[in-house]
Amino acid sequence: MSKVSNEQIKKIASLARIQVSDEDVVELSTKMTEIVSWVESLNEIDTENVEPMMAVENSLQMRDDEVKDDNISEEVLKNAPESKFDFFAVPKFVE
Amino acid sequence: MATIKTAQNEYEIVIGLEIHAQINTKSKLFSHSNTVFGAEPNSQVSLVDSAMPGMLPILNREAIKKAAITGYAINATVNPYSIFDRKNYFYADLPQGYQISQFSDPIVTGGKVTIKDDEGNDKVINITRIHVEQDAGKSIHDQSPTHSFVDLNRSGVPLMELVTEPEIRSAGEAADFVKKYRNILRYINTCGGDMEKGQLRCDANVSLRPVGREEFGTRCEIKNLNSTKNIQLAIDYEVERQAKALDAGEEIRQQTRLFDVTTGETRVMRDKEDAHDYRYFPDPDLLPLELSEAFLQEAKDSLPELPQQKKARYLDEGLTEYDAEVIIADKDAATYFERLLGNCDTKLAVTWMTGELFGRLKKEDKTIADSPISAEKLLGLIKQIETNVISGKIAKDVLDKMLETGKEAEEIIESEGLKQITDDGAIIKIIDEVMVANDDKVQEYRSGKDKLFGFFVGQVMKATGGKANPGAVNKLLKEKLSA
Amino acid sequence: MSDLTKLTIAELKEGLLAKKFTSVELTKAYLENIKKANPELNAYVLVTEDKALEMAALADKNIAAGKARPLEGIPFAVKDLYCTKDIKTECCSHILDGFTPTYESTVTQNLWNDGAILLGKANMDEFAMGSTNKNSYRGNVVNPVKRAGEDTKLVPGGSSGGSAAAVAADLCAASLGSDTGGSVRQPASFTGLVGMKPTYGRCSRWGMIAYASSLDQAGHFSRSVEDSALILNSISSYDEKDSTSAQKEKEDFTAKLNNGLKGMKIGIASEYKMEGMNPDIEKIFDETVKKAESLGAEIVDISLPHTHYGAPTYYIISTAEASSNLARYDGVKYGLRECAQGDSLDDMYSKTRSAGFGPEVKRRIMLGTYVLSSGYYDAYYIKAQKVRRLFADDFNKAFSQVDAILTPTTPNTAFGIDEKLTTIEMYYNDVFTVPANLAGLPGISIPAGVDSKNTPIGMQILTPRFAETEMFRVAYALEQEIKFDRTKLNYR
Repeated sequence: MSKVSNEQIKKIASLARIQVSDEDVVELSTKMTEIVSWVESLNEIDTENVEPMMAVENSLQMRDDEVKDDNISEEVLKNAPESKFDFFAVPKFVE
Repeated sequence: MATIKTAQNEYEIVIGLEIHAQINTKSKLFSHSNTVFGAEPNSQVSLVDSAMPGMLPILNREAIKKAAITGYAINATVNPYSIFDRKNYFYADLPQGYQISQFSDPIVTGGKVTIKDDEGNDKVINITRIHVEQDAGKSIHDQSPTHSFVDLNRSGVPLMELVTEPEIRSAGEAADFVKKYRNILRYINTCGGDMEKGQLRCDANVSLRPVGREEFGTRCEIKNLNSTKNIQLAIDYEVERQAKALDAGEEIRQQTRLFDVTTGETRVMRDKEDAHDYRYFPDPDLLPLELSEAFLQEAKDSLPELPQQKKARYLDEGLTEYDAEVIIADKDAATYFERLLGNCDTKLAVTWMTGELFGRLKKEDKTIADSPISAEKLLGLIKQIETNVISGKIAKDVLDKMLETGKEAEEIIESEGLKQITDDGAIIKIIDEVMVANDDKVQEYRSGKDKLFGFFVGQVMKATGGKANPGAVNKLLKEKLSA
Repeated sequence: MSDLTKLTIAELKEGLLAKKFTSVELTKAYLENIKKANPELNAYVLVTEDKALEMAALADKNIAAGKARPLEGIPFAVKDLYCTKDIKTECCSHILDGFTPTYESTVTQNLWNDGAILLGKANMDEFAMGSTNKNSYRGNVVNPVKRAGEDTKLVPGGSSGGSAAAVAADLCAASLGSDTGGSVRQPASFTGLVGMKPTYGRCSRWGMIAYASSLDQAGHFSRSVEDSALILNSISSYDEKDSTSAQKEKEDFTAKLNNGLKGMKIGIASEYKMEGMNPDIEKIFDETVKKAESLGAEIVDISLPHTHYGAPTYYIISTAEASSNLARYDGVKYGLRECAQGDSLDDMYSKTRSAGFGPEVKRRIMLGTYVLSSGYYDAYYIKAQKVRRLFADDFNKAFSQVDAILTPTTPNTAFGIDEKLTTIEMYYNDVFTVPANLAGLPGISIPAGVDSKNTPIGMQILTPRFAETEMFRVAYALEQEIKFDRTKLNYR
């Protein structure tokens, strides 16, 4: 049974860009350990010679190389929390 | 140099390259937006590109075809079955929060590209793979003290990422690899290769190991090198930096570095400790890609003649190794040359294109693609030389006039009366006059001063305004002077 | 007039064409009901009154001119994860506050193209994660059905809780939900309705806010099996904008409704009896099987050996995909942005996502991130995809022996909103419904009986992929035999 440690919770939260308070970390560690142990029940199944099922059959359709759907900067920026001169505005991230 | 010698040690230089090439399709990889460079911000962005809720990717067939063609052009295996994976990380220029790429099953594996090593010998570099992926958007950081601005025009443009085996041994080899690969891409028309426009970008993985040791040293990745010059400068600096550190007994940390053009140094962008866990998994919005026999055959069949093949053919036609290399190095030059080849004397074609024309174009800062003299026009000039209408010397002046006026060679020769004098009788007449006027020199020559022959040639040429056929002059002068 | 709101679509179509009433009258009746009942039930998060009346007026014009389309004038509630053009679509999440799409989802556009009317957006578990509709930023949904002799508020099921409650409380003629692990079939069972999920790929996912891409599919609630088939006729289509869309021709799914069950083989699997299951459910299941037999079906014992591993398999795959699908909610392009002076880009991401996502969504994103992370990918994600293959194989084998499979829809009936279940108990709500999502099969839940407290019990029919016509055939035959009377349930 694998335990999901506090350290791991912090790492996962960081990867997922979700803040977790110190209390949250402990609670999540317990909860996640519980859930992970539960999903580990899958180890009871022998899948030695089984191919993973990545998709429900079919193969990928491809489309023609034609241009459309552009010049809609107004639409694209319509719901933006902050925009300026047709750019998305975000906190500065490179000095 | 494949090694760097310091005061204390000698290290072998180990380089692997990752080259991103924008595929020159009209629309993006998974959306219908335009891919043209330099458009108004966010004007080439669709709902899919901006990762609006509920949007889904649809694959561009042409992008895959071009990737397949590229695979065939480098003698690689084009895999009929490949998978698109999501590479998950957060960045402002990555609207989906993941990049659609290929991780476990790329479309192309293997391949070879021949380069020249530092001694000028052919060297084969093995390719690990090429995969297809989305390009990211662009951000600007100098318009405000508090904000950065994001433009998603480039987000979703199709990229081919080529990864080489770590077989490159010097900055020079690395630069040559990029040149050769870029050339191939332009020949097969799958990428424009304009590094200034970001159509081709290079990351270099550099490490050192003491000569004789099998184990590779820790490598550093230098990202986003955007010219062959910078590739060389960055690698040279990095090699020195690592050698110094190793000599001092320091450990090389695995880092991602950037090349600072102003200082000529590489500096840290990211340390391994902050390394991303990309959590690659197959994109569930896209099914596995299966390419039919017919599709692959069509890609194979549309391969044009490649640089190396062209070179082999030129060598057969009698060109020197050097001349062949010069011509094939630029697709436009090769295209130009093809219109001369077979239509006139090969040697003349080589000389007049690579020597005379190229020299003049370089002076005016023009490329062969911008040449005001078309291949047909140059052919016209060459024909006049071939048929002895003018001498080679006069031809040079004619070429200058062609550049100046844009007129055809024949027209210029006619209007300026530059035709060669080939009539023996006319030449003999002039020779006689020269000999009479320089009787003392004639005696000197006849008594053994062979060097004076050139003087007589010069006088005859002067008297004919340079228009006498040199061959005839030589022949007739010899006869007359020896008499 | 108020009886109008209890009619099925088939009956409404008849009445509208016969000019017994107008669509405007019908729409107004629903709007009245909504005004009265929604404050308590919280089924709708947005009522589009003006738009509805506008669409209804147009429908009446079409009907008068003899140009009635297949769903002309029929009012629908639409789960708030379908992007509706110029109408707020927030997925009942704080992180999509105010998001107003400039585009319409393919599925809803299909409805409007057939003349249907939008009454409003229905409440749901945030980002479709949940089976109780208690995970909504817009508050709980209350099941219109209650237990005999009790006033306890019950859950309607989830994640399409609002869509289910809206139909059950006569606040619309039918509604659109979505089904990723049972989010239509389970609430249908809890509220006494017909709820179906088509074959994966039958309906387009374009414009449908994604939870788990390889499992999501549009679904809907209705009062009858016939209605359900009529709705599928409308919303199903091949969409080249969705790479997972199946290239199938439009079909009339009502074609075999009256064919009956003679000669059909119906499979029952022993694995669909679980320890701790409500014994009334077992009873109703046995009765339903007998009814099928009496209608001429041959009952065949089959085995679906991996059934009990369905829920963990589902949770690994769905959370993995969700953790990636929800990465786009970052405060940059739309929705909530939490950012103070001096915050870095990463600060903005973390603050926005922490404030914007509810606890269940966060938990699932964390789990999904974990199962995909370096060192765990093979052990969890790949393992789950292998087990998924086994599910598909199990069904293929079963369908070589039978035409349809009959199971209970859920191991329990609607429970109290305030009842405390552990996370894992919660996840087990889906154990009978997730296999169909894992294998991409169509499934339908029909109300088949009640438990000792008179709360509804649903029975599920599964058929092979793209065999919805057969599925409706079996469901219809059973429905006609069972004669479930919705009006006999206890309503709030």
